[in-house]
Amino acid sequence: MKTKHLLSGILVVAVLFCINSLVFAKESENSIQIKGSDTMVNLGQAWAEEFMIENPQTSIAVTGGGSGTGIAALINGTCDIAETSREMKPQELELAKKNGHNAREFKVAIDALAVVVHPSNPVKQLTFDQISGIFTGKITNWNEVGGNDQKILVLSRDRNSGTHVYFLEHILRKGNDKGPEQFAPEVLMLPSSQAIIDEVSQSQSAIGYLGLGYVSPAVKAVAISKAGGGPFVLPSLDTAMNKTYPVARPLLFYTGRDPQGTVKNFIGFVLSEKGQEIVRTMDFVPLGDKA
Amino acid sequence: MRKIREFFIEKIILLNGFACILFVILIFYFLAKDGLALFKFITIQDFLFGTLWNPLAEPPQFGILPLFLGSLVVTLGATIIAVPLGMACAIFIGEIAPRWMREVLKAGVELLAAIPSIVIGFIGMTMLSPIVKNLFHLPTGLTALTGSLALAFMAIPTMVSIMEDSISAVPRSYKEGSLALGATHWQTIYRVIIPAASSGIIAAIMLGIGRVIGETMAVMMLTGNASVLPKTILAPVRTMTATVAAEMGETVRGSEHYFALFAIGLVLFGITFLINFVADMARHRKKK
Repeated sequence: MKTKHLLSGILVVAVLFCINSLVFAKESENSIQIKGSDTMVNLGQAWAEEFMIENPQTSIAVTGGGSGTGIAALINGTCDIAETSREMKPQELELAKKNGHNAREFKVAIDALAVVVHPSNPVKQLTFDQISGIFTGKITNWNEVGGNDQKILVLSRDRNSGTHVYFLEHILRKGNDKGPEQFAPEVLMLPSSQAIIDEVSQSQSAIGYLGLGYVSPAVKAVAISKAGGGPFVLPSLDTAMNKTYPVARPLLFYTGRDPQGTVKNFIGFVLSEKGQEIVRTMDFVPLGDKA
Repeated sequence: MRKIREFFIEKIILLNGFACILFVILIFYFLAKDGLALFKFITIQDFLFGTLWNPLAEPPQFGILPLFLGSLVVTLGATIIAVPLGMACAIFIGEIAPRWMREVLKAGVELLAAIPSIVIGFIGMTMLSPIVKNLFHLPTGLTALTGSLALAFMAIPTMVSIMEDSISAVPRSYKEGSLALGATHWQTIYRVIIPAASSGIIAAIMLGIGRVIGETMAVMMLTGNASVLPKTILAPVRTMTATVAAEMGETVRGSEHYFALFAIGLVLFGITFLINFVADMARHRKKK
């Protein structure tokens, strides 16, 4: 007798589940799935919350996992918008096409990357060449770049991070995507920006990189120059917006087709003045005057 | 009516039993399908014995030797820490502690097993790694040793509960016989009880190792993930599990990198399979 009750209980729950998913399926025009870059999760969430307040009938779900995860989801058709901090690779565009998606790209914000050291480190500025040398293992002591006689502890984000890929392609390889430069095997790969902050703030010999929004007083950002002799520019909202700071990358949205309905409205909201104001409050850099 | 019911219930149970095995086979099949695809691009020697792991290079390098040794160092370290502690704990619970204390300790050890690995990683990162850094005057506290310490904590409950079971399963007559011959309590423990329970103890150690080598989250947070060939236990290492976890999110599906991560999964699967097999052999040895 008891088993019967249990069984019917399970049955009722199962039926409820089915009804539930049916209802949700009906609402799907008003609900958006956003997936992708961990750098952008908080930003995406902030946009989604504001948008949902203005449009209460919509529901937007934002999840992270990495730019690659978002793109894979877009290719498989399990998300409506992929947030990425790097451009789609040709191989991925081809896969998307094969699955019947015509990927569209939207630039939605800018992220400046800061190179950070321990506050007690006397080094104030670095060139691209020096940074590349440090991260590829050619420069191993701080005294080679004007610091104390101390071995450098190099920290990087792990390879699932769009930040890692951007840093590799634009700084280590100086813009040449297929360059021979590599992160040295000795480089520590940390799973999050917070882990980099923690390590840099604890270790006097550490150097790492992270998004401008993460820079805190516990670490010191160094001024960076793209060319050998300068000018050296400190990362800030202003220097990133007027493009004098050389290490800034676009943050992107990808959709599987021309945006329609709620997706279109949402992207419109993101690009609006209000959407870009949210970018600023989340410590990223707004696009500025139609950049 | 009753017979029909019995028949169906029997079949459903049978089906469930087979389903479990079917899932293992399916998992192995998909792992092998994508993992073996890597060897269209590189040779098995380059994969197993290559010393550089550079999946984003042109051309990419997929040598898992540093990752394999990284896993090995962390696992060995954790085993060396966990086995004596676990064994002492199991002997105390099984043989020495009074009954009321035994219940409390057993519950406590089982509670330790319930702590999620991310919590251990978190505590390790904020508490353990600064201690390791300051104790050994290292540039960073994210080392193989830090990972080993945290993983030892995760292996101990598995080891203790299986060891304790096998120690309690030693027939009372063995113990009584030994004491009657004039052996002390301690002599009885290490001359009679431990040898009698040895198969269970070995199985416990192997299962503990299996748990450690497959652990991902805590090692990723604690070992620094630098893919160097480990020279000391005080340097950062990168394990196979952390590599798969860290890089899966960003790979292009169907690329060499993607296949390489599946090949690592295959290697891990092989290792844990071997460990479980040895543990099983040890456990059944006595029954023959």
